[in-house]
Amino acid sequence: MSENKEALRIEILKYLEKHSRVNLGELAALMGAEETEVANEMAEMEKEKIICGYHTLIDWDKTGVEMVTALIEVRVTPQRDRGFDRIAERIYNYPEVYAVYLISGSYDLLVTLEGKSLKEVSRFVSEKLSPIEGVLNTATHFILKKYKDHGTIMIPRKESERMLVTP
Amino acid sequence: MRNPLSKKIVDIQPSGIRKFFDVANEMKDAISLGVGEPDFDTPWRIRDEGIFSLEKGRTFYTSNAGLKELRKEICRYLERKIGVSYDPMKETLVTVGGSEAIDVGLRCMLDPGDEVLIPQPSYVSYLPCTVMADGVPVVVPLQYENDFKLTVEDLEKYTTPKTKILIMPFPNNPTGSIMTKEDLEPVAKFVKEHDLYVMSDEIYSELTYQTKHVSIASLPGMRERTLVINGFSKGFAMTGWRLGYCCGPAAIIEQMTKLHQFAIMCAPTTSQYAAVEGLKNCEDEVEEMRQSYNQRRRFLMHEFKRMGLECFEPFGAFYVFPSIKEFKMSSEEFATRLLQEEKVAVVPGTAFGECGEGFLRISYAYSLEDLKEALGRVERFINRLRENDGR
Repeated sequence: MSENKEALRIEILKYLEKHSRVNLGELAALMGAEETEVANEMAEMEKEKIICGYHTLIDWDKTGVEMVTALIEVRVTPQRDRGFDRIAERIYNYPEVYAVYLISGSYDLLVTLEGKSLKEVSRFVSEKLSPIEGVLNTATHFILKKYKDHGTIMIPRKESERMLVTP
Repeated sequence: MRNPLSKKIVDIQPSGIRKFFDVANEMKDAISLGVGEPDFDTPWRIRDEGIFSLEKGRTFYTSNAGLKELRKEICRYLERKIGVSYDPMKETLVTVGGSEAIDVGLRCMLDPGDEVLIPQPSYVSYLPCTVMADGVPVVVPLQYENDFKLTVEDLEKYTTPKTKILIMPFPNNPTGSIMTKEDLEPVAKFVKEHDLYVMSDEIYSELTYQTKHVSIASLPGMRERTLVINGFSKGFAMTGWRLGYCCGPAAIIEQMTKLHQFAIMCAPTTSQYAAVEGLKNCEDEVEEMRQSYNQRRRFLMHEFKRMGLECFEPFGAFYVFPSIKEFKMSSEEFATRLLQEEKVAVVPGTAFGECGEGFLRISYAYSLEDLKEALGRVERFINRLRENDGR
């Protein structure tokens, strides 16, 4: 891949990560590139699964929807030949599991779970997660308040205090 | 009773567009594209370092020339960025913004009657500071046809045996014009031939797009005749911290330090501690801001082209400088009407010298949302003007 193309791709990705709803014409203008070129790169990156989706960051706390998020530390015994992948798969296939990461340090997997209530989450842990073969133990942490998520600070920003006109 | 005022100071003309600025700043509901400072907050790690220095009780004067650690970091930074090495102890002075360095530098270098070449359009303080230093300002109008770059032909017209200093205001406020190495070479040759000194105001050096900033001090034989002025306001988004610096020949810096000591004592201590962190660890943050400015710059150029508004493509600072000559009115009239009719504040080109007539300075130190809203209003305004013109 040429250096220019690589640079354009990275600039597109960085921009999309924060502004996924930008329209193509505007994105092309911002990148200083032709619309067709940007559209082609995006299509290619979607095909290559570099772009995995266009999601929306929602502060559910501000809606009436009841929701709790939990971070669950999971210690497991890795399996011969399969390492952690097989156990991770058994966990991530549950739709209520939001994210699964393999982690360095004192435990192995970090599972993010979204549920309607504390009860629902703890039932998942005791009925689904803990019984999986190879899972040694778990520790569940409930999120009480999200200050910042996906690089975005959740509290509203202050008004700008700049003067209107300065030399 | 005697007149309390100095004739020299009273005679300095206040900025001709002061009135426009006052009206604009009172209009709270206007959208502005008129600000000459970044829209970003100072990077947090810099602010945190400032807070930490206060918690530690570092609330005393620093040495006159500035914290030794900061001066060392400044020299490392300049070596890295412009490839010129300075002695932090003898050739570096930390000032209250780049503005103080301009003022003190001119006072230290000028004798009465010495002439200073001031390319315009450019920042508003070179001319009055020259007058305050008893020098004679000589305006060198830059040409739109040359993308507002300074050429030797321009210099030849205005250089006399009395000329002592050439101001180099690049990357330029208000035009966004930059000088590449190729552009600088003939100017440097001219400066050496005429035995001039250069005051190079490089406050926007972090904000160039496509090519890296080149300092005239880095050209052969120029280090000893150049005072490099820079600071933290623009690149590091630290306008309110009031911190700048200058580097140059020890003889000049020594005198400047003396004057600075009597007038200022030292630059703000908190700002100095914070700035050390900026120079050491903020390359990524600065780069991210630069990329964001660059995107907005491209967006503006794209939109101007679409609207048919004539503008050369600027590669520095955070300004574009479109021409409004087609509308056959003065820059100030255009800006005033745009403010009244569409509530968009831009700065008339004449704020930066008479040769800015026919142009507007539009700042892109604004979020894309603000830019889009403001541009929509500008477009409505110019379409109305064009219609009324029977086109």
